[in-house]
Amino acid sequence: MTFGSVTVTMLGLLFVTFIIGRVMPIDPVLSIVGERASKSTYDAVYNQLGLDKPLLVQFFYYIWDVLHGDFGTSLLNARPVADDIRRVFPATLELASLGVLFGIVLGVPLGVIAAVRRGSWIDQIARVVALVGYSMPIFWLGLMGLLVFYGILGWVGGPGRVGIFYVDVVPSVTGMILIDSIIDGNWTVFKDAFSHIILPASLLGYYSLAYVSRMTRSFMLEQLSAEYITTARVKGMSERAVIWRHAFRNIRVQLITVIALSYANLLEGSVLTEIIFSWPGIGSYITTALLSADMNAVLGGTVVVGLIFILLNIFSDLLYRVFDPRAK
Amino acid sequence: MTLLDVENLWVKFPTRQGIFDAVRGVSFTLGRERLGIVGESGSGKSMTGRAILRLIRPPGIVTADHITLEGQDLMTLSERDMRDVRGQKISMVMQDPKFSLNPVMTIGDQIIEAYRLHSKSTKAQAYDKAIAMLEAVAIRDAARVMRAYPHEMSGGMGQRIMIAMMLIPNPKILIADEPTSALDVSVQRQVLSIMDKLVTERGMGLIFISHDLNLVSEFCDRVLIMYAGRIVEVCDAANLHEAQHPYTRGLLNSLPRLDAPRKRLEVLKRDPAWSEAPSVGGRQ
Repeated sequence: MTFGSVTVTMLGLLFVTFIIGRVMPIDPVLSIVGERASKSTYDAVYNQLGLDKPLLVQFFYYIWDVLHGDFGTSLLNARPVADDIRRVFPATLELASLGVLFGIVLGVPLGVIAAVRRGSWIDQIARVVALVGYSMPIFWLGLMGLLVFYGILGWVGGPGRVGIFYVDVVPSVTGMILIDSIIDGNWTVFKDAFSHIILPASLLGYYSLAYVSRMTRSFMLEQLSAEYITTARVKGMSERAVIWRHAFRNIRVQLITVIALSYANLLEGSVLTEIIFSWPGIGSYITTALLSADMNAVLGGTVVVGLIFILLNIFSDLLYRVFDPRAK
Repeated sequence: MTLLDVENLWVKFPTRQGIFDAVRGVSFTLGRERLGIVGESGSGKSMTGRAILRLIRPPGIVTADHITLEGQDLMTLSERDMRDVRGQKISMVMQDPKFSLNPVMTIGDQIIEAYRLHSKSTKAQAYDKAIAMLEAVAIRDAARVMRAYPHEMSGGMGQRIMIAMMLIPNPKILIADEPTSALDVSVQRQVLSIMDKLVTERGMGLIFISHDLNLVSEFCDRVLIMYAGRIVEVCDAANLHEAQHPYTRGLLNSLPRLDAPRKRLEVLKRDPAWSEAPSVGGRQ
């Protein structure tokens, strides 16, 4: 993606969120001043919000604000939406990153092995594991996970990011508690945070694994039947070298797309997971905002999620050029 | 001198309709010569080549009384020992360099890899060797080609690179599986003559698999004609026009000839009896 197309995509995204904000049957003035405000108060706020200006002018004001990191004020807590997002997004980022890490570390080798030993028991198991990952509702798996590993076995921390005694113990630098506690050198908090994140992260990782392993398998099958694989075998290479040095190199580009997609999916904030685990991430933030008609928060969150998608796309495009000589 | 001795080679593939025999009891020997294997699509010629290298993957099954290379029966070798045979003793050039070269590795890396798999050499030695090999297949500006990727090469160059890569470990036998079928007619001869020169210089045995009768009769010393997984006829390439088997005759007659133009070319009539007749031995 070039700089130009990024700009156009971004503008399109802002246009859509702007229009949604205008066509929603929620009067932004009314939700600020309240139903019993006088006509003059109403008009004053109406003008203050710039709603008396033409739509196009309002759109430019909107873009100007967003470019300055101003998403307006949340109606729920009267705080700037941008501050809220800055607070909730690292929680999602932390969870999603750990989740996708699981997905890659386990899913890619599983997919490769399933393709290499196609039809074997290991392939069948990989198939079932992925199928379960695709089809089990996450709220059920999440609740069962909590019941078994937290409720019965007590192996992991319960809902939330840290135990109640550790809230706000380490200073927030990145907003990601695992990293902040390392920076602070506070290993007690780190352990506690880890025991809280491990269950939801494995759960998200499982979904990522299901997708990544299936796609890896089909990419690998395609490459393993290619003629250059025969060439590598004719050279006298070991099967392991044939698979990793030759076949795997050729699926890296496709794999990047899949992983980026999976990551973007998790970064959007998996609403159900965040709610079940009381995870204060962007998914539960947007949901709460939606249910209370807090449009500034909803639109601000949407813009951020859209931005993440675009950034991940740019990133995977850049990696293409590194991994595929034909893309230059 | 016999380099390779193949006795009663079968290649089978289990299918839903039962077992399909791609190669049915083929026997032949290969000396320091250019042996052509000719046949139509599905006659088992490529499968024969790949079975010798034990490249038929499951569920395909290969059986043979023996495939002897320098007194060693390849059928009894472990997969690990077989890896020492591949590349180092028997090598293979495939049809289309567009598909047979790894698209995301530089040509240099691929050639160096082929060399270093079978020789204890430093990277620098392997690099020099690869440059020399590329020059031997008439590639100019070898240093630049080493850094290039396969998609930057033309078909003829690709195939010469392929030949360089397959000959760099100095194998005894080269199997060329339709090496010129994917190339422009104009570069076919060039590639063939380079291959011929190198094979002759090194005293190698060449198995040349092709469906092109004219090419084979010009290029090879001896020809095996395969039909439905069997060898139906063996003859000296020079005497191909005197071939006796009706299938070979049919193939020859269905070729257009510049010196004897005809209004209608003969259509090959296949006799079911051909596929039932036992395989002719291809021994010398």
